[in-house]
Amino acid sequence: MSNLLFERSDTLLSFDDYQQADGFKVLQCVLKKPPLEIIDEIKASNLVGRGGAGFPVGIKMSSVQRMESDIKYLVCNADEGEPGTFKDRELLSRNPLKVIESMIISAYAIGASKGYLYVRGEYAYLKAPILEALEVLRGEGYLGKNICDSGFDFDIEYRSGIGAYICGEETALIESIEGRSGDPRNKPPYTAEVGLWGKPTLVNNVETLANILPIMDLGAEVYKTYGTEKSAGTKLFSVSGSVINKGVYEVPFGTTLRQLIDEECGGAEHIKFIQVGGSSGIILPESMIDIELSYEAFSELDAGLGSGAIYVADESVCVLDYLKVTAAFFKHESCGKCTPCREGNRHIERILRNLSQGIGSKEDIDTLQRTSLVMKEASFCGLGQTATSGLVSALKYFEDEILLHLEEKCHTGVCSFPKGGDQ
Amino acid sequence: MFSKGGDIMVGKVLEIVDKLGRKEDKLIEILIELQNQSVYNYLSKDVIKEVANLLDISETKVYGIANFYSMLSTQKRGRHVIQICNSAPCYIKEGQHLVTIFEDILGINIGEVTEDKMFSLEYTSCIGACDQAPAARIDEMIYGELDRAKVFNILASLRREETDE
Repeated sequence: MSNLLFERSDTLLSFDDYQQADGFKVLQCVLKKPPLEIIDEIKASNLVGRGGAGFPVGIKMSSVQRMESDIKYLVCNADEGEPGTFKDRELLSRNPLKVIESMIISAYAIGASKGYLYVRGEYAYLKAPILEALEVLRGEGYLGKNICDSGFDFDIEYRSGIGAYICGEETALIESIEGRSGDPRNKPPYTAEVGLWGKPTLVNNVETLANILPIMDLGAEVYKTYGTEKSAGTKLFSVSGSVINKGVYEVPFGTTLRQLIDEECGGAEHIKFIQVGGSSGIILPESMIDIELSYEAFSELDAGLGSGAIYVADESVCVLDYLKVTAAFFKHESCGKCTPCREGNRHIERILRNLSQGIGSKEDIDTLQRTSLVMKEASFCGLGQTATSGLVSALKYFEDEILLHLEEKCHTGVCSFPKGGDQ
Repeated sequence: MFSKGGDIMVGKVLEIVDKLGRKEDKLIEILIELQNQSVYNYLSKDVIKEVANLLDISETKVYGIANFYSMLSTQKRGRHVIQICNSAPCYIKEGQHLVTIFEDILGINIGEVTEDKMFSLEYTSCIGACDQAPAARIDEMIYGELDRAKVFNILASLRREETDE
């Protein structure tokens, strides 16, 4: 029993069906409580952001709530661009009303009167059903003035992303809503103080917001019975690659990678490596498959769970080929604002491309390491800081396989070179 | 509604700008809508000039936005835009061969438009369909688990729809 966020049987529920399934009961209950009580409950739940950064949500909410301002904003970040990630797609397509109810609760808690739902352009097919849901909720009195006779006003506007990975970064997303290119802003000041149009703004990922509903429904204490001591609740994992059943799975934190792959995804054969957290996540060899999926287990590896994307690669995947494609992605998606990320990604992509054609030397590995370190330490935002997590971890476990390409051989034979070398 | 170049008429720009709001923060929504309404899925010089004029912002800024966001285009494209996902999960799962399949059937290279202006072929970053890899996006639809036969059928049915119209 680990379904706090979605039922696998959920389909796009109509307003009536959702209401019959106790939809909006939690909201009605919450609207009778003082906002601070809600924030205390969220704090007690130990909920942390699910988009990748893992910041405690209660603290973020409390920072916005404390601010004096004529207007405050709530932004739901559905610009799910991390390669391998499609969990927010599932949350928004299976049951957008749950996400919207969570948005209204969060807005009430922090005192926001205007919300934005920023959905990536690639999910344009979600726009019509979401707009329809928003319109129905306005008619039913769950959005607009004086929601459920509580005196609380709140409405939500839909905004489209239009093909920029960087806009998943919260300040870049804010720039985009304001109608500009998605260039990240300096932090501090944090968005909780100076966000959208300079006003206090809470930016949360879709999955993070979706957690608010079960926390307020069950209470923080029951919520914390899911997961581990340091990672409360459940997590959605988007699993793709060489598993039998690809898809989104909800499991409590503390589940091992092996359990997720074997018990939920129907298993996988001849695993070579697994990348956890999308293209900006770390690459683990098959020998580490018993690692626990929790923030504490990954922080021991100086890593995080990122967006919860899990890519399983089998023996047929050339690790260098994989790294090369990943580097090309970051080179394309770097916004170009800061030098370490803009130039670093270009160099790394070039070196990996050369190596895959047998051009280079053993010293290139040092250059890759050094460049990665500079990018991690000196990049302006999370994009550059994490772009080489996969590369650095892969160098730790697969250096020999990468260097084999200099002998014009590859273990797999799927890239430029014929199969060869000792495995 | 369209002038002979297949582009949106200036009057249409005014209509969309007024519908979405003459505010700078609506700029991106306006550009998306204008591109959607353009037969060749792009923002022409005239359209950009008119948007800048109506919102009272510089043309450079509008160009900047159109160039920054990869789903907006200032180059004339096909009536249908085919975007092949080249992020790792799709690329590894036959995605690199998918490009060749499209190129073969359409007789163009990636980055080009077919002679009849029906299709343009380009790459895209992850479209969030990794569970259906290899995947491509054609206009607003996602097509997954693609192979030669499927691609052939999809393109044939899109062509049929166009001839029926």
